[in-house]
Amino acid sequence: MIGKKDLEHIGWLARIELSDEDKEKYTPKLNSVLDYFSELDKAETEGVEPTYHVLPMSNVFREDVPTASLSQEEALSNAPKNQHGFIKAPRMM
Amino acid sequence: MYENPDGVMIGLEVHVQLNKLKTKVFCGCSTDYHNDPPNSHVCPVCLGLPGSLPVINRKAVEAAIKIGLALNCKVEEHTQFYRKNYYYPDLPKGFQITQYDFPISSGGYITIEGEDGELKVGITRAHMEEDPGRLVHEGTIDKSKYTLIDYNRSGMALIEIVSDPDMRSPKEARRYLDKLRNIVEYLDIFDGDLEGALRVDANISIMGGQRAEIKNISSHKGAERALLFEIVRQKNVLRRGGVVVQETRHFDEAREITISMRSKEEAHDYRYFPEPDLVPLKISGWAPAIKATLPELPDARRMRFVEQYGITDDHAKALTSELKLAIFYEDVAKKADPKMAAVWVCDVLKGELNYRDLTVDAFKKENMQKIIELLASKKITEDGAVDIIRTLLDKGGSPDEIVKEKGLLKVEGDIVATAAEEAIKENQQAVADFRAGKEKALNSLVGAVMKKTKGRADARTAREMLLEKLG
Ligand SMILES: [Zn+2]
Repeated sequence: MIGKKDLEHIGWLARIELSDEDKEKYTPKLNSVLDYFSELDKAETEGVEPTYHVLPMSNVFREDVPTASLSQEEALSNAPKNQHGFIKAPRMM
Repeated sequence: MYENPDGVMIGLEVHVQLNKLKTKVFCGCSTDYHNDPPNSHVCPVCLGLPGSLPVINRKAVEAAIKIGLALNCKVEEHTQFYRKNYYYPDLPKGFQITQYDFPISSGGYITIEGEDGELKVGITRAHMEEDPGRLVHEGTIDKSKYTLIDYNRSGMALIEIVSDPDMRSPKEARRYLDKLRNIVEYLDIFDGDLEGALRVDANISIMGGQRAEIKNISSHKGAERALLFEIVRQKNVLRRGGVVVQETRHFDEAREITISMRSKEEAHDYRYFPEPDLVPLKISGWAPAIKATLPELPDARRMRFVEQYGITDDHAKALTSELKLAIFYEDVAKKADPKMAAVWVCDVLKGELNYRDLTVDAFKKENMQKIIELLASKKITEDGAVDIIRTLLDKGGSPDEIVKEKGLLKVEGDIVATAAEEAIKENQQAVADFRAGKEKALNSLVGAVMKKTKGRADARTAREMLLEKLG
């Protein structure tokens, strides 16, 4: 069961601010998702190889040959702030 | 037997950047960004823009296998990538592509010079991951107001090499780092001179307590300093009756201290899950062919040097401790007496280079060959040879020119004999002292001979002649 504390932690990890109203709304929703997983847990998996990847493929490679990069101007165009070619962000500790 | 009085246990995580590749690990951006402006070697993949698709660089996988094999690891049958989720500005995607429970190689070891002889340090795993971007802070990390980000480094191929906690002192940790760096240099997959080529995180505990993880160590010397500081800090905590808590600490290189990074993020909640955009790799079959192409590694070369050139193990060890030096020595030894070459390269040249903070690139092998030839034919003295080496490093020129300019050609034996006779005549007090048993008095007589011959006599010859005449 997910409680209010868990929801706050998940919100913090995703850097999403949750109002009390949000918390009321999302706690039962997430719990119903978890309930569904408990359904899946009932499936018999003894001796079944875990599926790490849904595509039946392995060994897809790229050769070590350079391709064009973006220009600095393009690279910075999505950043709210920049300075001397750097992206500028609030300090995080 | 080393007692390890403080019960120190050190494990290291070393990040080796595969900066000799032409492109990053999951995109085609060039790795040649070191002299270019920030954010000029980036694309949708390494900026983590929505809809972009990473594809792995085949050469990066080959290099990872090379490292695994060189560290005596097993190359795994099945290997795959994961997303390690955390929120920090060096990661534009909000996660780092790395490996988790299926690393490309694991279970190896390297041997180092331990506190009490040879020490085998276990390699837990060597796995592949992408480098985060570079953050620049104005002032120190704990005071700066904002962060400047350059994503040129983002997506560079990294190999993270995780050791077992087998090291028992900061010195052993440093030797491990030296050895590891030496090995990867031999593999020709990384240029250690480039900024950020090799980065270290250290885990250290004492007395069976909790471990602290120290981040932001950028040099081998820094690692030793950070660990020395950390041992003292943890001992002080215990002495005051406290408990060492498990935490991440940041090494402040300038102040030589570690700082706690206490934060909510401390409760590591990386929520690893398989990277859906990268399919698994099944490449253990590549290992035999790659193994066949591995170059001779430091330990093997050291043994061969002893056997092939008849030099001491200490010299062989010193010569193979740096790839460039080993190649230099072998080039010199091809055309000069190998034993003399070992002595002069290890015991003299290396010291003179260290003193000037130079690498062996600063010295021409032809010059070393010439100097040894002059010594072997007894045309110059050992002091003269040292003088030539210093002059070449400080002013340049050629050995022949320097010999001529400085008049370093050794003087003939009879001139030394004459000088010795004169020295004895003119220094009766020293002679009397020597005869009275003061052996040191001989040194002043040798000095007098050297003065008379303007330093061109061989000191050992002068000493022998004096002894003969005083007989
Ligand atoms: Zn890119």
